[in-house]
Amino acid sequence: MVGPFAWFKWEALFRDWTVFAEGLKTTIMVAVLSLALALILGIVFGVLGTSQWKLAKLVSRIYVEFIQNTPLVIQVYFLYHGLPHMDVMIPVFAVGVLGVGVYHGAYIAEVVRAGIDSIHKGQMEAALSQGFSFWGAMRHVILPQASRIVLPPLTNQAVNLIKNTSVLAMVAGGDLMYRADSWSSDNLYYGPAYVAIGLLYLLLCLPLATLTRRLEGKTGVSS
Amino acid sequence: MVKNTRNGRRARLIQLEGVNKHFGHLHVLKDINLTVKSGEKLVVIGPSGSGKSTLIRCMNLLEKPSSGKVTVDGVDITAHKALVAKVRQSVAMVFQQFNLYPHKTVLENLTLAPMLIKKVPQAEAVKAGLAYLDRVGLKEKANVYPSQLSGGQQQRVAIARALAMRPKIMLFDEPTSALDPEMIQEVLDVMVDLAHEGITMVVVTHEMGFAKTVADRVIFMDDGLIVEENSPQRFFENPTHERTKSFLSRILR
Repeated sequence: MVGPFAWFKWEALFRDWTVFAEGLKTTIMVAVLSLALALILGIVFGVLGTSQWKLAKLVSRIYVEFIQNTPLVIQVYFLYHGLPHMDVMIPVFAVGVLGVGVYHGAYIAEVVRAGIDSIHKGQMEAALSQGFSFWGAMRHVILPQASRIVLPPLTNQAVNLIKNTSVLAMVAGGDLMYRADSWSSDNLYYGPAYVAIGLLYLLLCLPLATLTRRLEGKTGVSS
Repeated sequence: MVKNTRNGRRARLIQLEGVNKHFGHLHVLKDINLTVKSGEKLVVIGPSGSGKSTLIRCMNLLEKPSSGKVTVDGVDITAHKALVAKVRQSVAMVFQQFNLYPHKTVLENLTLAPMLIKKVPQAEAVKAGLAYLDRVGLKEKANVYPSQLSGGQQQRVAIARALAMRPKIMLFDEPTSALDPEMIQEVLDVMVDLAHEGITMVVVTHEMGFAKTVADRVIFMDDGLIVEENSPQRFFENPTHERTKSFLSRILR
């Protein structure tokens, strides 16, 4: 009887380490780029969500609710299977960046909106009364203050984002999850494959999660 | 309209014409007409909820009138939205809650807007900022953060921040109402100093002593209306309206 974690299966895994290294590289690249996209979307829609301008508020609301209340897998399937029917072909790497970025952008928008809302409205009024534009006041007065409050939940979002890049496995995205899937479906060495990539995800996420906790402690003391 | 000869040649800096403000079904300002001339010290008094804060906030469009026209320094700011930010540079406001920027040092509070908005070079902004801090007696606090100051000191910094924009008009929205009693005088002293220098001031306040000594004109508001408007002497010695009398009798004990 051969166990799921038999030694020769591990040996096969170490022999084929480049497969997993490629996957790790793709996962990191998708994570970094989609995080950048999510931050941009999150700040823009988060700020719009706090504006007095009703249309902007509505657009922000629709984006957040629509994205937060539909599964990430369906959103990615739409990009991968749906768009080609409308003659829009995007490479699978871009599907990953776009899908995960837009998804977490909606969550970050809520984090940013809550952070801005927590700043006393007198701050915006003081800045406006000095002649700042709305965006100038945001940039120089409101966001620097909000960022201290927003940082812990933001790093938490980064952790979720890294884990959610594994959705790429469902559209043959070449990421860590996909490599483990395809490598082990060839040789049926599922045990070592999933344990190994699980540890790699842990290695990526744990430092960020630790940072989150440390930041939470910090803002708790200083404010 | 016949102008008071003493002020006849002075430019009208702020003009409100037929200004109404509604908050939902609340009618907070009712057809307000008011002119503030260059160099004038106007004090606005009245019970809370009378609309006096809304009135002063209409003067820099922090509150947008539901109808009517607000002209500041020759610009109709209710019509020319693009110019509002420009006009605000010369209309400084001091708030009840100070609203200093807590993430900036005292000096940075004074230099931020001049450097970013008026493009004053840093060295010049710092020099001017220190001079204004000196004027409110807080030069030695330049490098601390606002949270390390008392309420009275914070409000004096807020006045210095307002001055740092070299405004033509200073709006004070109940500047001493959030202060502990022992800190009120230090802020009033700074304001009296300013008044003697000829800057145009509109002050919403409950400080009747300040109104008596500094104001050129006092207006009393109640229920969204300007009920009475007079020189401070006649206003306090000879109020004509019942509502003014009852308010004064309650506040001047």
